[in-house]
Amino acid sequence: MIRLTIAALALCGAAPVFAETHTITPGEGAQERLQEALILAEPGDEIVLEAGRYELTDGLSLDVDGVTLRGAGMDESVLDFTGQQGSGEGLLVTSDEVTLRDFAMENPKGDGIKSKGADNIVYHALKVTWTNGPDASNGAYAIYPVESTGVLVDGVYVSGASDAGIYVGQSSKITVRNSIAEQNVAGIEIENSRDALVENNIATKNTGGILVFDLPGLPVVGGGNVIVRQNIVSENTTPNFAPPGNIVASVPSGTGIMVMANEKVWIENNLANGNSTAPLMVIAYTQEFDDPRYNPYPRDVVIGANVVEDGGSNPDFPGGEQFAAAFGGAIPPILWDGLSDSDRPALIVTSGIPGVSLNLANQGQSIMEAQPGPMTAPSEIEQWDMSGIGAPAELEARLR
Amino acid sequence: MRRSFALLAVSALAFGGAIAGRAFPPPQVNDYVIAGDTLPRALADFGFFADSAGREAVSGVTSYSLNTPLFSDGADKLRYIYLPAGTEMSADGDGLLQFPVGAAIIKTFAFGEGDEQRFIETRVLLHRADGWTALPYRWDDAQSEAKLALAGARLPITTPAGEQISYRIPNKNECKTCHSKDGEVIPIGPKARNLSAEWLSAMVESGQLDAFPEGADMLPDWNRRGEKATTSLARAYLDVNCAHCHQPGGGASNSGLDLRWEQHDPHALGVRKPPVAAGRGAGGHTVSIAPGDPDSSILVYRMNSAEPGIAMPELGRSTIDHDGVEVVRRWIAEMSGTEITQ
Repeated sequence: MIRLTIAALALCGAAPVFAETHTITPGEGAQERLQEALILAEPGDEIVLEAGRYELTDGLSLDVDGVTLRGAGMDESVLDFTGQQGSGEGLLVTSDEVTLRDFAMENPKGDGIKSKGADNIVYHALKVTWTNGPDASNGAYAIYPVESTGVLVDGVYVSGASDAGIYVGQSSKITVRNSIAEQNVAGIEIENSRDALVENNIATKNTGGILVFDLPGLPVVGGGNVIVRQNIVSENTTPNFAPPGNIVASVPSGTGIMVMANEKVWIENNLANGNSTAPLMVIAYTQEFDDPRYNPYPRDVVIGANVVEDGGSNPDFPGGEQFAAAFGGAIPPILWDGLSDSDRPALIVTSGIPGVSLNLANQGQSIMEAQPGPMTAPSEIEQWDMSGIGAPAELEARLR
Repeated sequence: MRRSFALLAVSALAFGGAIAGRAFPPPQVNDYVIAGDTLPRALADFGFFADSAGREAVSGVTSYSLNTPLFSDGADKLRYIYLPAGTEMSADGDGLLQFPVGAAIIKTFAFGEGDEQRFIETRVLLHRADGWTALPYRWDDAQSEAKLALAGARLPITTPAGEQISYRIPNKNECKTCHSKDGEVIPIGPKARNLSAEWLSAMVESGQLDAFPEGADMLPDWNRRGEKATTSLARAYLDVNCAHCHQPGGGASNSGLDLRWEQHDPHALGVRKPPVAAGRGAGGHTVSIAPGDPDSSILVYRMNSAEPGIAMPELGRSTIDHDGVEVVRRWIAEMSGTEITQ
């Protein structure tokens, strides 16, 4: 009963009075010592990873609310999963109000850090990498919050993921910022999620830089209210190394910012350079589906002012070369499949950036049946109320 | 008071209890330890067994078996439930029996035949006032004591199939990874549909179960699978081995794959369903189940792997269950894809 009282106080914000710090050192028994600390921690506690390399054989997990796991820096405290023998990720978080910061994870066999049903989570100054570079046998996601409300990803570095470096799925109230995603299939992916802000990131040398997708058949569908701004999306021309069968395996190499399905996505003030298929791509879901809840079309995708350079010169799909040649060596910066819902425009271009439409007639139609031509799109839209988009302000406070 | 102090307090109590137990037979289960909020350090603290080797269940501890069991690298499993005196379980259709607070479920994992049999670990689920708690206990080399393995462990084992493996005793959180629904710890095994009618009747007769459940004993007896229909075997196998995560509210709910016995929608069961977050686990295949084509089905691919990151289930096995793969493979091969039955 006394313990319960402490827990209640901790959740009320009085944590520092009782909170404990558990310091873990690398070396013999690190797996058990660290996992035991994660199990026995109480709300408000901080688990500190001293500098060094932790060689781990099994996935770690945290299921206690309000715990901080803190290393000595993303180049100092390294959780090494090269010898992992079991479980589907390096670290699984299933509790709320958790902060993960200042450590690195290398070579997890499945995903890197997964948080599921973990509301108000902060990922700060983390590095999750597969050290062998792009490889289909790498894990799918480096940073993987799913089914959560309140997600702040700030200042992380991810590379080598065979699906997405930073993947946020089936969640809401999300901010991904100040981060670098390099040499993944997808750099940053926001999927089946709402109220997401993606800003001030660098997505470079991935297959696709920043993806905003909505897919059918998942427990949560209906992605939208997403802002993508002030990102550098550069030279995402790594050949697609995703294992076939996954949706990102169909992302063409050379994709900058790509929106599939979704409603209300605002893309502004990004720099997209050297993305050889398309700097900006807006398309409907490409497959058949059977989900009455699902809308396969992009609706109200706004392309504001963006700096676009050296894109569209070598589209990575059949006939791409001729396609580019027909436009004088490079297709226009915006690539749209030509599909839209009946009563809302697929995209609105307020900045005069030119585009090309594939003029597909039906959702699910093959790109081989494209009849490319100049794109026309409305150019005016009222500014939305963006106040509810992004992670809750209290997550910010934990970074101080 | 922090948990470490609580641990000390309880071991002192349990120690006292053990001395008292010697003085006043017959031995009894320690209800206080089950219902308390501590993490008892030794299996013996509970008093489920009269002997230190954990073989002789005391009064109130009843053994049971399942028609179709979960595969755990071929381990033998000795299963028991404990109900405090004067309490009973209640039936809930063909689903999980509902246990009173103070109840426990105990499962010992063993390898080896006859005199060679060695206990590896005993897992307990305790039904406390604030919900279920799952704890793993590891047996010592002398087979005389099982101690709490909060953070889990690995040890070398030779499976009945002759494979040398690094066997994983799950940590407390890994217990919950499978034993959870909507974030709460729950039992998985004792569902009425997977328990024999004989056992359930006996529990009703002895006053430990309120009524004989409707839909009891529906899952086929895995030991007699040669005589059973493929569909029934495959659906039972998936229900028991996969559905604790692959159901709404389960650990893999975000996949949208629902492998429960009661699910009839082909898409939810994986028929022509594209993967969501399978990564390399997809193995180059585009759907969970390709009717008529097990070799193009992600489900079979992941069952037929022992590699972390590919293998499903993610926890609880280091080897491939070839019998299970064979049944599911046959089921998919015979499937037309338009209708799924049990």
